[in-house]
Amino acid sequence: MNSAAFFIIAILTIAAALAAASLRTLIHAALSFALAFVGVAAFFFLLGAEFVGLVQVFVYIGAVAVLIVFTILLTRRDVGKDRGFNWSGVVVAVAVFAGLLWAILKTPMLSIAAPPIEALTVKRIGEVLMTDYVWPLQCVGLVLTAALIGALILVMEEKRE
Amino acid sequence: MTLSILLVVSAALFCIGLLAALSRRHAIFILIGIEMMLAAANLNFIAFWRFGPQPQQPTGVMVAIFAIAIAAAEAAVGLALVIAVYRHYRTTNVDELDQLKG
Repeated sequence: MNSAAFFIIAILTIAAALAAASLRTLIHAALSFALAFVGVAAFFFLLGAEFVGLVQVFVYIGAVAVLIVFTILLTRRDVGKDRGFNWSGVVVAVAVFAGLLWAILKTPMLSIAAPPIEALTVKRIGEVLMTDYVWPLQCVGLVLTAALIGALILVMEEKRE
Repeated sequence: MTLSILLVVSAALFCIGLLAALSRRHAIFILIGIEMMLAAANLNFIAFWRFGPQPQQPTGVMVAIFAIAIAAAEAAVGLALVIAVYRHYRTTNVDELDQLKG
């Protein structure tokens, strides 16, 4: 694991996430959001979970970012209005970050290096998914079907009588 | 690269998502913040799987895959709700949606 690559990806991800949280133009924020998720996928690749990184790219950059852009287009007339910014949220977020940082740096067990492992193949993931995790897999399929139908019903035009 | 520095990055990502969800007034920004918090949690799952005592068992990877699927379903329903609310009230500002206020 390369620590130079780690720091570059970390800085890129945090900067893109900050831009997504603070930019005023919605479409710029959506693109920064996609960039931040590319960074998270790069972390997954760096940690040896290539399959999860690929799923992250497909699902978030391929589907969720496009969905967000479409929603921005469909709610376009509302974009021009002035938006307020709630500063108490900044205080809460900084307080939570300080608390987490204190907890992480206080725990000596966490400053360990990664043990060497053999690569986790897609074949193994598929085997585990179809044996040990087959019921969770079915439940996720059910949830996705319900979400698909629910989203369709929510955005359907109402019939005028 | 140690586990703690990875956890610090993930905590930063979580807090930026929290910041977006708490302080922005636009509904789409709130959804973006929630997605960011979920991604930070996934990063923690993968990190603890990689640095944990049994990396041969792909439990953390499985949880991350399921969490990504649930997050995608949540994003689809959330954005459909934003569009439905916009159709009714012509706004996506969550401060203006105060019909239930007593």
